[in-house]
Amino acid sequence: MTATSPTRPLSPAQAASRARTRPRVRASVSAGSVILWIFVGIILFYLVFPVFVVAPVSFSSAKYLQFPPPGWSLQWYQNYFDRPGWVPATLLSIRVAIATAILATALGTAASLALVRGRFPGKGAVNSFIVSPLVVPGIIVAIGVYFFYAQVRLVGNPVGLILAHTCLALPFVVTNVSATLQGFDERLEYAAMNLGANRWQTFRRVTLPIIRPGVFAGALFAFITSFDELLVALFVSGSGAVTLPRKMWDSLRQEIDPTIAAVSTILIAFSIVVLLTAELLRQRAERTRAAAFVAEEDELGARE
Amino acid sequence: MAALTHDLQGADREGQVARFQHLRRREQWRYVLLLLPAVVFLIAFYGYPVAAMLTRAFYDPVPGLQNFEPLVTARSTVEFLGLSIPMNAYIRVFWITLQIAAVVTIVSLLLGYPVAYALSSVSASRANLLMIFVLIPFWTSILVRSYAWMVLLGKEGIINEALLAAGLRTEPLVLLNTRLAVYLGMIHIMLPFMILPLYAVMRGIDRNLLRAAGNLGAPPSAVFRRIFLPLSLPGVAAGCLLVFILSLGFYITPALLGGQKDVMVSMLIQQQISLLKWGFGAALALVLLILALGIYALFTRVLGVERVFGSART
Repeated sequence: MTATSPTRPLSPAQAASRARTRPRVRASVSAGSVILWIFVGIILFYLVFPVFVVAPVSFSSAKYLQFPPPGWSLQWYQNYFDRPGWVPATLLSIRVAIATAILATALGTAASLALVRGRFPGKGAVNSFIVSPLVVPGIIVAIGVYFFYAQVRLVGNPVGLILAHTCLALPFVVTNVSATLQGFDERLEYAAMNLGANRWQTFRRVTLPIIRPGVFAGALFAFITSFDELLVALFVSGSGAVTLPRKMWDSLRQEIDPTIAAVSTILIAFSIVVLLTAELLRQRAERTRAAAFVAEEDELGARE
Repeated sequence: MAALTHDLQGADREGQVARFQHLRRREQWRYVLLLLPAVVFLIAFYGYPVAAMLTRAFYDPVPGLQNFEPLVTARSTVEFLGLSIPMNAYIRVFWITLQIAAVVTIVSLLLGYPVAYALSSVSASRANLLMIFVLIPFWTSILVRSYAWMVLLGKEGIINEALLAAGLRTEPLVLLNTRLAVYLGMIHIMLPFMILPLYAVMRGIDRNLLRAAGNLGAPPSAVFRRIFLPLSLPGVAAGCLLVFILSLGFYITPALLGGQKDVMVSMLIQQQISLLKWGFGAALALVLLILALGIYALFTRVLGVERVFGSART
């Protein structure tokens, strides 16, 4: 960007003065970077500390929130398994999230193919519409869906949650899959079809293996979007489809007993597992991107 | 495609071109068919319900604009910079929401920029390691994190206990249910949304430009101000837009950590709906939506921020 601007040659005196100031400049840089890294350390501590603060509370033997814990006990984990509602809510959340991930990934992957490859009028508008659930405040989607479900009798029904969560998760799938499709060499597909594969075979054996990291990442986002979703659940879950976030919300609003700390600790452990999975996927995506073309061609050749 | 190459043999060139164009058009139709399920699904379970809800503002309980009347008539005052400004009670909630969103955005930028800068200046493998500290809270449920702040800030929470034990205070500080708690909780949630786009843009900045400027005699402060900062501005715009828009619609954190004065628009809408004032709730939702989309359009059109929400969580 600055390549075109003319540069003035330095006079020997200027060069000498610059050479003299260089050690001082370097010293000030390292002092600056020490301050910078101390600041970064404080911010990273601020980000991570609250996440790990609930774990000791969850193992406390106290009857209410007390810090530091007077003793250790597993009573709150026992509460989580014994008290009515918690385990069913967790299982329902997992079921809804899995269904959402499958539905959103199928719809979103197909849509991404069209949005990246297709050239048709109104493409930009369709793209904006599909991504819009991210911009529209959650409460607006929640009450819209609530009024609609009240008419079609879907309040208190897990299916209603899956349908609404899929809408919220679609943008994540579309953006993730589109990103991997953007660097995709379409000639690989032409080659497969020239060799006699039909469209579906081409998709299954050539396209999908290459875009798989993006599809998995999208599915992961879809799962988490549904699993953490509160606002829609607050309105639509009624009494028949209480999800884990809804149950946690009710418990936080009524009495804060450390059962919620136990639940939170389980969820944090879960999210760390998810994070590691996502990280592994990302690394594999990077590693395989180069090797993918060769490997998949070999695989196709071996099977055919 | 296999059929295409087969057909091409023996046909004259003009016929080939016509046939190819015909197939290209058919190809485009296939794409439309691939897109259709997602679009129909979104219209049925998102577009239509939201649109139908918003139109309630104009006919529930009776047709007319009376649902927007309280936005003009209800009197209240708002304190700003030590001044008492007369303001409509409901507009006041919008004002507080904008104020909270603005503070959260600015503080997130001030805290997030140095972090992204530092992470982008080290090797990718070390940055990925440090990025885990940003990503762990990012993947943790907002509900869990808000609860964690309740544990930290409560009357018998960790901070108060620590202050009492250290003898710095004789009675607990009121930290929970204050604006400070809302800021602490919201900035904690929004920081990763600021750091990630900033980091992505900063990683893409060619370091040779900085070295070239340094070699040409620019002091480090000038290298930063005149080269690095301008090149990082797309990340700043993307991060700020993301954080501001998401902050406008916040519900969970202010509801759990805020006091009675810290009502944000989402909470007001929820309250009106539960009071069965559906038309008024819809009117408030419409104003909030116009506000959010207006700011989004302003950023994307005027500042040219592209695909912000696309790269949001990667």
